[in-house]
Amino acid sequence: MNLAAALPVSERVASAWRVLGTVPDPEVPAVSVRDLGIVRDVVEHADGLEIVLTPTYSGCPATEVIEQDVLAAVHAAGLGPARVTLRRAPAWTTDWISAEGRRNMLAYGIVPPGPALAEGTQPIRFFGRAAKRLACPRCGSDHTEQLAAFGSTACKSTWRCLACKEPFEHFKAI
Amino acid sequence: MQGSIALQRTAEVQYVLRIGDTALILAQRLAEWCGHAPALEEDIALANMALDLVGQARALLTRAGQLEGLCGGQVLDEDQLAFLRDERDYLNATLTELPRGDFAFTTLRNLFAATWFKLLWERLRESSDADVAATAGKAVKEARYHQQHAADWVVRLADGTPESRARTEAALDALWRYTAELFEDDAVDAAAEQSGLGPRRSALREAWRADVTAVFAEAGLALPKDAAFRSTGMRGVHSEHMGFVLAEMQHLQRSFPGGVW
Repeated sequence: MNLAAALPVSERVASAWRVLGTVPDPEVPAVSVRDLGIVRDVVEHADGLEIVLTPTYSGCPATEVIEQDVLAAVHAAGLGPARVTLRRAPAWTTDWISAEGRRNMLAYGIVPPGPALAEGTQPIRFFGRAAKRLACPRCGSDHTEQLAAFGSTACKSTWRCLACKEPFEHFKAI
Repeated sequence: MQGSIALQRTAEVQYVLRIGDTALILAQRLAEWCGHAPALEEDIALANMALDLVGQARALLTRAGQLEGLCGGQVLDEDQLAFLRDERDYLNATLTELPRGDFAFTTLRNLFAATWFKLLWERLRESSDADVAATAGKAVKEARYHQQHAADWVVRLADGTPESRARTEAALDALWRYTAELFEDDAVDAAAEQSGLGPRRSALREAWRADVTAVFAEAGLALPKDAAFRSTGMRGVHSEHMGFVLAEMQHLQRSFPGGVW
């Protein structure tokens, strides 16, 4: 029996996935790029590893930094040579963030996204009127309000808790 | 790469540039707010939306440069297209090049532009050009947030103080006539519809008016009457403001050719 052929992925690819689980996202460092769901594939070629990334937002300034960080980590682990390719379709969605990524995000003080709405169902909402309430990541109260639709980055909105008076961020579903 | 570049201007290239340039020039105008918005949160919001638009423009300009090469012209990259064209080779809607005005003007323009982009990206997900379709799949989600954000502010401003109401009405009066261009067809649209590259602009008109009408109902505003005036930015004939936008945008690349960060 050929054990190597029976394995779903090579040891090198499996190691690369483990390493990618330790590369932090530059803007939400509590979450790894793997848990964020932007690493779509790791393929072993004769001339090295190919790591396939899907960028989060069109204009995300962290995309280039992530590419560099990913390559540096893979090389440092002795798994090189490696290269990064970008895959733009299907588009990244917050539904790809792993359960562990969501736990780490919440512990870091950012409320993780709910499920992304199905295509074409997103209404024009006026958040001041009939907005959903999020539970505060610190005290758990749902006596909260949105302060701004955008936060320190395009992917987050800014909120505050009216119970414990602390501000917090929310990773928006997209 | 210092001299101005010329384009073949096939229908395909023009179609993609019209959308990419509209995103690029609006991004430039929104970026002007950085450090000047009425509140820190809005400063950040406008800069973030500008960033999304730059990202969308980069993808489309890159594609336009490849299409230019495929039709026998020179292959051009996103930077050459963004920084080395002369004014008449920019094909953005005139709406986006108008000076940023006050916050009411910027907000209302964002509503008009984001609604148009949202509807256009929705259709472009089915584009026969896989690259354009991939860009649209990502951009449509961003445009929805831009539209929501602008709609929320239009309602607040129009339904706010007498001052914010008056400014919103003045902005509407100044901007409305420039929206007609977003829905005017020509041979470029006909070719795009024929090839499956994307919809003709007039196909978006009804849905756009429905979205804007819904926001205006909430805001207590009425759609103004349509006028005979037609702006022509998408044909390369711009308002007097365009040269100033480009002067600022292109200054570094023209002064220090090929300069990189």
